[in-house]
Amino acid sequence: MMDFLVLITVSVVIAATPMLFAAVGELVVERSGVLNLGVEGMMLIGAVVGFGVTMTTGSAVLGIASAALAGAALALIFAVLVLTLMANQVATGLALTIFGIGLSALIGAGFVGMPIAALPKLFIPGVSDLPVIGPLLFQYDAMVYLSIALTVAVGWFLKSTHAGMVLRAVGESAESAHSIGHPVIRVRYLATLFGGALAGLGGAFLSLSVTPMWAENMTSGRGWIALALVVFGSWRPGRVLLGAYIFGGVTILQLHAQGSGGLGMGLPSQVFTMLPYLATIAVLTIISAGPWRGRFQAPACLGQPFRPSV
Amino acid sequence: MRNDAGGAPPRLELRGITKRFPGVVANDAVGFSVGPGEIHALLGENGAGKSTLVKIIYGVLHADEGEVLWNGQAVSLANPHEARRLGIGMVFQHFSLFDGMTVLENIALGLEGKPDMRSLSGRIVEVSKAYGLPLDPRREIHTLSVGERQRVEIVRCLLQDPKLLIMDEPTSVLTPQEVERLFGTLRMLSAEGCSILYISHKLQEIKDLCDHATILRGGKVVGECDPKVESTRGMAQLMIGAELKTLSRRGARPKAATRFSVEALDLASDEPFGTSLKRVGFEVGAGEIFGIAGVAGNGQNELMRALSGELTVATASSIRLDGKPVGNLGVEPRRALGLCCVPEERNGHAAVPDMSLASNALISARNRMKLAAKGWISRDATRAFAERIIQEFGVKARGPESAARSLSGGNLQKYIVGREILQTPEVLVIAQPTWGVDAGAAAAIHQALFNLAQNGAAIVVVSQDLDELLTLCDRLAVLNVGTLSKAIATADASLEEIGLLMGGLHGMTPEVPAVHGELGQGSGQHVA
Repeated sequence: MMDFLVLITVSVVIAATPMLFAAVGELVVERSGVLNLGVEGMMLIGAVVGFGVTMTTGSAVLGIASAALAGAALALIFAVLVLTLMANQVATGLALTIFGIGLSALIGAGFVGMPIAALPKLFIPGVSDLPVIGPLLFQYDAMVYLSIALTVAVGWFLKSTHAGMVLRAVGESAESAHSIGHPVIRVRYLATLFGGALAGLGGAFLSLSVTPMWAENMTSGRGWIALALVVFGSWRPGRVLLGAYIFGGVTILQLHAQGSGGLGMGLPSQVFTMLPYLATIAVLTIISAGPWRGRFQAPACLGQPFRPSV
Repeated sequence: MRNDAGGAPPRLELRGITKRFPGVVANDAVGFSVGPGEIHALLGENGAGKSTLVKIIYGVLHADEGEVLWNGQAVSLANPHEARRLGIGMVFQHFSLFDGMTVLENIALGLEGKPDMRSLSGRIVEVSKAYGLPLDPRREIHTLSVGERQRVEIVRCLLQDPKLLIMDEPTSVLTPQEVERLFGTLRMLSAEGCSILYISHKLQEIKDLCDHATILRGGKVVGECDPKVESTRGMAQLMIGAELKTLSRRGARPKAATRFSVEALDLASDEPFGTSLKRVGFEVGAGEIFGIAGVAGNGQNELMRALSGELTVATASSIRLDGKPVGNLGVEPRRALGLCCVPEERNGHAAVPDMSLASNALISARNRMKLAAKGWISRDATRAFAERIIQEFGVKARGPESAARSLSGGNLQKYIVGREILQTPEVLVIAQPTWGVDAGAAAAIHQALFNLAQNGAAIVVVSQDLDELLTLCDRLAVLNVGTLSKAIATADASLEEIGLLMGGLHGMTPEVPAVHGELGQGSGQHVA
């Protein structure tokens, strides 16, 4: 029984990690006042580039780094369009996702069905072989720890550094930040690129660790869930982490339900496939209506273009 | 002060500053100078180019021509950092604050370099005490009153030990008591040798505070004077460039029948930082103009929406129009009964900026003016109605097909007020009728309101501008933290008494403002 619970927990953490990467990245983007709906597209590009580079070079580190760069490159296109050319953020983000789906399928056409070794699990002698604690905490691959470290780092950056404070200020009021003399557009560029890089990492984790392979459209909506997670976590890294693990749990529940014939409830498996998405809609509805709405304040300038007058 | 012998250079001197925007010259060869410790007024109407000019001095905008001299030396002001490095501080008209962040963070963001947060917190408390501007560094901006928000801006400047402090329309949002306190601080600074550039169109304030005044009109310097000597009427005429028209005020009127009444109106705000209304009540008679004063964020938005019908209340009888309970009716049924409204926000609330003036007339007057009988829009009738508004209210526009956003603030406001008045309402509710409107347009709007009242309509004016309310209204009451004070006749109201009501509890200045609603004052209710 204990072993089973450990197994479940581990699979939840692994299912949650791609969304955690992408959501923490998007959180930084949105705190700077930019809404990038292209997360799904950037994840896919990360997934295919991470897989391709790892397979051809044999170096997972190189693959992961390229995935981050590829995500950032796609984000750069978005940034140029919405920050420099003032295109509509929502429309551009949607287009970015569609573009990412197509481009990743094109790049990955030759990789479909190719095998690859999953990322190695870390093994720390002495702790990793402890009963329960060992498998629960110390037998993941490096990217799982990286995702948690990045979440903590982003939390610290936003709360305790001057640069983080400027970033929040830009998202609160671009107008005010500009009139005091902070470089609004530059801050937003950097935040958007960071968000792209993290989405790329999330994609790479998917194609290198969760299911070590490349399949067209393999993120299957995780980018959208990551976007929802940012709202669910009310733009705070700690809550986004919690939300990612809850959604990871729902995903795993769905897999088990499919395997066991609907948990004995005789429901068609499609119902369980819908679960994560239904949960997303439910969470978004609950927190955007209801009396606690005010406690989930979005950055005041979110999604608004800013054109400095000179 | 150095170079005492033989004329010290002025602290700031502008020579031939010109700034063009597409289609308009905002500043046309403007020049003047400010001496050390001098309080210099920059006087002019809305659109005279004052704000553009000070943004150039602060490095936010760049001049096309001309030079800025600082202590006699030409300087280039590429951005606000350079201005601050010279010792120029600025308090913006539209505050440059961040609602969701703390006082400490807001101040740190406006300082040079990366200040140590802990010692900064101590310095904020120290400086704010020394200048009589108490502040708690840990509070978030959206919980502060407007006066306190301004203190944050001032303290931010003071921490940089400024040699020149620019104040852009600082008193437009303050109670009379807060204004007195602000002037005390400014005089203290001036005595310490800090120059102050004070921008305003309120003449009495300039007489009270300033040593010298430069008057701008249409982007040009049209005069200079000593405001202690020059009469307010003289300055006003320089500023407007024409004879000041005197309003034809109505005489005292006999008590008339009540047309519009609000009784024990309770309304929970649906905004995150809104203010709930608590047992608001007042009555307005035929031909009466009733004023609702108060600092923004005290429930004005909620009250306007409750009166217009954007928010309905369960108890229909809490709002009555000619005796009929209308509290549960929406906007259109209330308008059908004769209740018209002019909300505060022109662009986006009263008018759709991207639509034509004709379409904007249709939106509001469709039923009362029968512009869309049986659901079909009559383009001719709509055009004709729009043209009538443009003509009767002297709106400067190319025609009914011009987009609403192409009009200047004052012209659009005249259009919107005209649109409602020409529907011959029984009751007109109007918020900030002349906010950001030049004096000529303001006088026209005031006159139109007088005429409407003369014909027997009841009018409710919600405004932050006390002078305006005293000019317009027969009686007024003050809205404070969602509660409406007892109404007083404007004829026997003193400015001080109203100011105290605005500041909160009777006979107390708001040292520590009450927490508004659940979470504090509205972030959505930005200060004009």
